[in-house]
Amino acid sequence: MNATAEALFVAEPFQASGDVVIDCKVDKIFYGDFLAVRDSIVPIEKHKITGFIGPSGCGKSTVLRSLNRMNDLIQVFRFEGNVMYHGQDIYAKKVDPVVVRRYIGMVFQQPNPFSMSIYDNVAFGLRLNRFKGDVEERVEKALRSAALWNEVKDKLKNSGLSLSGGQQQRLCIARAIATEPDVLLMDEPCSALDPIATRQVEELMLELKEHYTLAMVTHNMQQATRVADTTAFFSVDISQGGRTGYLVEMGPTRQIFEDPREQLTKEYISGEFS
Amino acid sequence: MSDIDLTTRAIEPPRLPRLEHQTFEIRALKSGLLTWLTWIAAGLAAIPLLSVIYMLIFKGGSRLFSSSIGEVLTGLPPAGFEMGGGIGPALVGTLVMVGIGALISIPIGILAAIYLGVLEPSSRISTNARFLAKVLTGFPSILAGVFVYAVIVIHFGYSAMAGGIALAVLMLPTVLLAAEEAMSQVPQRMKDAAYGMGCTRTQVILKVVLPTGLTGILTGVMLAIAGAAGESAPLLFTALFSNYYISELNEPTASLSILIYNFSGMPFQNQIELAWTASLALVLIVLMFNILARILGRSKY
Repeated sequence: MNATAEALFVAEPFQASGDVVIDCKVDKIFYGDFLAVRDSIVPIEKHKITGFIGPSGCGKSTVLRSLNRMNDLIQVFRFEGNVMYHGQDIYAKKVDPVVVRRYIGMVFQQPNPFSMSIYDNVAFGLRLNRFKGDVEERVEKALRSAALWNEVKDKLKNSGLSLSGGQQQRLCIARAIATEPDVLLMDEPCSALDPIATRQVEELMLELKEHYTLAMVTHNMQQATRVADTTAFFSVDISQGGRTGYLVEMGPTRQIFEDPREQLTKEYISGEFS
Repeated sequence: MSDIDLTTRAIEPPRLPRLEHQTFEIRALKSGLLTWLTWIAAGLAAIPLLSVIYMLIFKGGSRLFSSSIGEVLTGLPPAGFEMGGGIGPALVGTLVMVGIGALISIPIGILAAIYLGVLEPSSRISTNARFLAKVLTGFPSILAGVFVYAVIVIHFGYSAMAGGIALAVLMLPTVLLAAEEAMSQVPQRMKDAAYGMGCTRTQVILKVVLPTGLTGILTGVMLAIAGAAGESAPLLFTALFSNYYISELNEPTASLSILIYNFSGMPFQNQIELAWTASLALVLIVLMFNILARILGRSKY
């Protein structure tokens, strides 16, 4: 850290080894006048799990939700920079955020099934996209991929809300993958789950990365070491009077946890602050 | 470990707290007294309702639950010293006018509720509209009649249409507020999930918000219908009355509530009996819609 007091710290860009599906370059993200995140370059690699870690308020969720324009639902949100997805900037004027979200799906912190049957939950996206093929087959496939089929195959007509928390979250994952999106964003997918359900979802993620590209925010560093191939560490800068998040370091998970380049990363992973 | 002496008998048994119920303790007496008071108050509150129902069944049931039920439900109201007769035109008139009220108030109420509950919950228009709707729920129903009289009846005369519109004015705030409440209770995370799947705002409302809030909306609709069916004041100025079956929407129309009002004041035993019968029929209709509201209000998922 030999930056002068005036120059803001900017992380060294991470050189991805494989195909980059989403190349996210954040210059600034604002909520109204509030600068939430600055200067963060986060490439998401194909068929890998990219983990976002960092203390509360560091902007990791904001960055994740910027990847499929979920933040557009917040009226005061403003994104400066670009997010290249297969060569197109998803923040380009002519891009329809609704279409972006059909390619880049999302799983949320709280399991949020719709109040309909398990089957209808999974079929929701297929019907939305006027899927012409065999809906039943795709629903079964999605539920099998989400490791939920054996538990629910006899009660597909029951309410999605009747399932346990862990099952609900796997149902949400099944719902998200039924339309076979390209990328799956997960915003702390296990934080509302117990350890057993967490383990199941983690195992599921490792299977899913064979077919999908995953990006995940987690508060749990052990979880990052267990599932993430690449880890991005964000921190929050309160020295300027605001609370602006920024990328500190990004690299292969093992390197981040065993041999971090930055002092701040070292302090965070050793639990000196959170 | 073994400082327990098993060789000598304990002189004092261990002292346990007394956990048994103490009937004559002050606290227990007070509790019993207050429980009784609430019981009595609940009983007193039920007396008017139970006595009304008893009187209706006692006085109105003899004609309704008898072999002449067909005549009572379909017959024309008797004139003067005529015997027999029924409440047919009034029954049909009430159903037609409540139907018109529902056809007007339900679409407007639900669309407005979408704006208030989903699109712009905290805009200035919404805050004011919500306040006005709440004021309108406490609106004296006779004023709805006077309003429609001034706007419609003066120009087009008494009609079922005017009666239906007056009922719609009364039903609208109930439908609106119930639907808004139901839709604003759809959790944000459910809407987020739908947006996250790539739904447009229209799709989020049509596929997630409306179905999820449907039971609450239907409950509000049924309560509004039940309330409107029993209204008499707004019909007095708008639909007036008729002794014959409704054939067109632009003519004066009979209704149960006005029939009760007319017949109960007559000096003829037959008419007074029919007024009781009509009262019972009206209560049964209201009860039916309330039960329907309960059944539809049970969430499927």
